[in-house]
Amino acid sequence: MTRHPLALITLMLALGACQREERAARPSPVGSETQEQVALVKLSPGVPGPTTYTSGKAKEFEGNAYHLSQGKKLFTWYNCNGCHASGGGGMGPALIDDRWIYGGSIENIVQTIREGRPNGMPSFRGRVPDDQIWELAAYVRSMSGNAPASAAPARSDSLHPHPAENRTSPSPPVSGGIVPPSGLLPQ
Amino acid sequence: MTTGALALRLLPIALALPLASCNLVQSPLNPVSPQARDLLWLFWLFTAVLAAIWLAVMLALLMSLRARRTFGADPLAVDPRRESRAGILVAGLAVATGLAVLVLTGLSFAGQRRLFADEAAAVTIRALGHQWWWEFQYENADPSQGFNTANEIHVPVGQTVLVKLESTDVIHSFWVPSLMGKVDLIPGRQNTLRFTAERAGVYRGQCAEFCGLQHAKMGMLVVAEDPETFARWREVQSQPRLEPATDEARAGERAFVAAPCSMCHQVRGTRAAGHNGPELTHVGSRRTLAAGTLPMSRGNLAAWIVDPHGIKPGVNMPLVKLDPDELNTIAAYLEGLK
Repeated sequence: MTRHPLALITLMLALGACQREERAARPSPVGSETQEQVALVKLSPGVPGPTTYTSGKAKEFEGNAYHLSQGKKLFTWYNCNGCHASGGGGMGPALIDDRWIYGGSIENIVQTIREGRPNGMPSFRGRVPDDQIWELAAYVRSMSGNAPASAAPARSDSLHPHPAENRTSPSPPVSGGIVPPSGLLPQ
Repeated sequence: MTTGALALRLLPIALALPLASCNLVQSPLNPVSPQARDLLWLFWLFTAVLAAIWLAVMLALLMSLRARRTFGADPLAVDPRRESRAGILVAGLAVATGLAVLVLTGLSFAGQRRLFADEAAAVTIRALGHQWWWEFQYENADPSQGFNTANEIHVPVGQTVLVKLESTDVIHSFWVPSLMGKVDLIPGRQNTLRFTAERAGVYRGQCAEFCGLQHAKMGMLVVAEDPETFARWREVQSQPRLEPATDEARAGERAFVAAPCSMCHQVRGTRAAGHNGPELTHVGSRRTLAAGTLPMSRGNLAAWIVDPHGIKPGVNMPLVKLDPDELNTIAAYLEGLK
């Protein structure tokens, strides 16, 4: 009898994992882009803060492993690497830190990609389908740890200090074998 | 229904099944290269030898089941002559089994040595596997003669073709049954295969390693043609795109370059220079669309653009917002890119 609650919990945990990468194999036909009204500064005349409006589409993309990994792929496809490197920044600002020039919510990032920002960020409106912009924004947020670790994509192979075992070129045979790195350390 | 009656009913179906593979566009039973012939020879040899052995074993089993053995007064008495005969028989069969395995191994090894022989190749193609289409890069010592294409390769009859296989995402497998056995495309590695088409024709190939949702619709065509036709085709393919001739096609080109299409597709001679999707410079000259899924036509082009996920669910081509006018002109433009 004591085993039953355990089995039930295991079953529920297994079902919980089903939400991780929920996706539509056939996305709904294209509508126009969602309306997002974001604030770039906290100041506004009068007492309350600036008026903002979000469509709520973020829920579908944030913390969804499929959309995050698609975003990661698109980040390379659309050459975001060209300016932001792999998130470390270069010509463009770094994305893996917690500094957001134009706001760090997913809607702010979506608007940044759609509209472009001064001093270099181009506008991708009409160039990148809207759903892909959301995927990119979700991925950009995951770079600074703003996505559950269970859903965030893994580090790229290209970022490892050396190629993965299965990608290393076969080393020339050495008679007597190779001294392991630990053997080279002063004893 | 008795088992016998059931077997009788299933017999026609069983007999008809092999006929299903009689479409010779994609069949290892229709070899058109020395490599594929070697493989077919090995196939028939293994089938014949192993079938003969299986039949002999079944026959011996049936005979031993039917044979009656009479026993004397003491059923446990050992007859030394009988024992030694049985011993010789078993040893002989064990040796025969070992020999059959050794000979077949040797033949298959010799076959592989021929298949993977390091011959000089007249044409070198780098094949890159993508989810779920094929990118083909014709290599040439003169870089201006090299070009990219997708999902359809042309090869000259009678000349050896070297295919360098690489993958950009997951493991795929290059398999054109009429020309060569399957060889895997492995990320981070380069595998090679060679074949020499001996007869002109169109041969279909297929990804032979499960690679995701649309693995089944990751096809390609190999068009083998005489060397002059091949040289003409190669000349055309290495040129930039054909200037659009009609107003409609010109409008299509403008729409294509302005729309998200140009983020992923390349049409040489225009500003569309993406490399994430198939190269479209001469897309209208290909026989199929979407990696061997649809025959090439203006209607299919439009259908594919407007609803790629209806045709290949899960495909990486996104749903793109286009006006009906833009869609029409883009389809006309792409069809005209011969």
